[in-house]
Amino acid sequence: MSADAADQARAMVDTIYRSESRRVLATLIRLLGDFDLAEEALHDAVTAAVERWPEEGMPANPRAWLVSTGRFKAIDALRRRARFDAAVPELAARIEPEAQETTPDDDDAVADDRLRLIFTCCHPALPPDAQLALTLREVCGLTTEAIAHAFLSTPSTVAQRIVRAKAKIRDARIPYQVPSKADLPERLDVVLHVVYLVFNEGYSASSGDSLVRADLSNEAIRLGRLLLELLAEPEVMGLLALMLLHEARRAARTTAAGEMILLDEQDRSRWNREQIAEGQVLVEKALGSRRFGPYTLQAAIAAVHGEAPTAAATDWHQIVGLYDVLVRADPSPVVALNRAAAIAMRDGPLAGLTLIDAILATGDLTEYHLAHSARADLCRRLGRIADARAAYQRALDLARQEPERRFLHRRLGELPD
Amino acid sequence: MKYLCLIYDEEKKLGAMSKNESDAFMGEYFAFTEGIRKTGHFLGGEALQPVQTATTIRVRNGKLSTTDGPFAETKEQLGGFYLIDAKDLNDALQVASKIPSARLGSVEVRPIQEFSQP
Repeated sequence: MSADAADQARAMVDTIYRSESRRVLATLIRLLGDFDLAEEALHDAVTAAVERWPEEGMPANPRAWLVSTGRFKAIDALRRRARFDAAVPELAARIEPEAQETTPDDDDAVADDRLRLIFTCCHPALPPDAQLALTLREVCGLTTEAIAHAFLSTPSTVAQRIVRAKAKIRDARIPYQVPSKADLPERLDVVLHVVYLVFNEGYSASSGDSLVRADLSNEAIRLGRLLLELLAEPEVMGLLALMLLHEARRAARTTAAGEMILLDEQDRSRWNREQIAEGQVLVEKALGSRRFGPYTLQAAIAAVHGEAPTAAATDWHQIVGLYDVLVRADPSPVVALNRAAAIAMRDGPLAGLTLIDAILATGDLTEYHLAHSARADLCRRLGRIADARAAYQRALDLARQEPERRFLHRRLGELPD
Repeated sequence: MKYLCLIYDEEKKLGAMSKNESDAFMGEYFAFTEGIRKTGHFLGGEALQPVQTATTIRVRNGKLSTTDGPFAETKEQLGGFYLIDAKDLNDALQVASKIPSARLGSVEVRPIQEFSQP
């Protein structure tokens, strides 16, 4: 093969690899019943493609070709190993008849495989950090290094987490399946939570390499789209909408120098209208189902902000109404805090402050810097300068991220003496 | 595949039950056991005597040491177990979630290690 042809073949395989490798992997895991074996098989199949496609031409269905080549390579590898391990022939025998029953190019089966992969990576029997790492590694195809970088961890820690999770899947026999209808809501919650964590890590992190972290948000949105394509549940729509509506504001959230800009001071012409429009359509669809939950409600709140041409023109009545429903669906202190901030906008700072003080009195949020900065802001608007100063100071003591700390310093400096 | 369901209860809570409550609780256990016999999950199971009856031994450097009580003092005590045969972890969790103590204490589900015979 000439060097040129080899380059072309590599490029061809690269393109297919990017679009198909995760689907092929998901199917191989089902056929081979083992994550590591499937990864090896995928690797072998891709190597074979680089060798053979330039001469034989690209197959009509590259995905099916990769699946069946991967399966044969795995069986070969097991047979070679069989000389050393007595248990392997049984495994190889088990794989073959199963493999012949399923046609790998059956679109429904492949869609199911991708869902199986997602639900298995997010199985509640796995620890949360392993669910996250495994999903990014297996479903998104991120390298261990990229995951470690994004989560400010070391590649060896992430690798170990993934190895342990795969061992538990194998040894405790976590099945490779989409949960039954009865279990679906609970299991879907875990999946959505993992996607949401990935998004948040990319959205709110300002330490580390911000570029890599923005990628993480895009990865979460991609995951959300994939999930919606496979499982059109209202909360899947709600979560995707929530991510799009937040992502739409990314460019307006910081100055060129990396300083934080709050919602009411953002240049709304820099919001991404396309993402907002897509998010709004999804929210309406999810709300229309009447089976929505917290993600849809949060998205609906973000959509109301997205509609407002200016901060002053925001429909606070509608936002408070949505928070009232949300606080019932998801009665967490953080939701209660946000509701209090919305009520302050609708009914004035004193109404909000009374609520925030009541939340702080329960002790749940005393270590949460945003509770104190929200309180500080309301005290400032009420002209209670000493209280405002003390609350900003408390927020500053608790805040961890540099841009937030600079923002709080700025606010402290702006207070009259 | 075999799984061991380890049942942890607070003995204090069980001890504080009235005769009626306690009878009802035991009744639930009998019904549960009967149920998993019928579905073919049941391989074995026993209830343990209270933790005051436990003795822990260790052999170190060839010397046997015997101490009173369980390995570690905890709020919940191992009170019994079921050995079940289940298709996979999801199936095992389904079964374990119906053990009456899952509501009061907790149940740890552990796959059994199978050693291949040489």
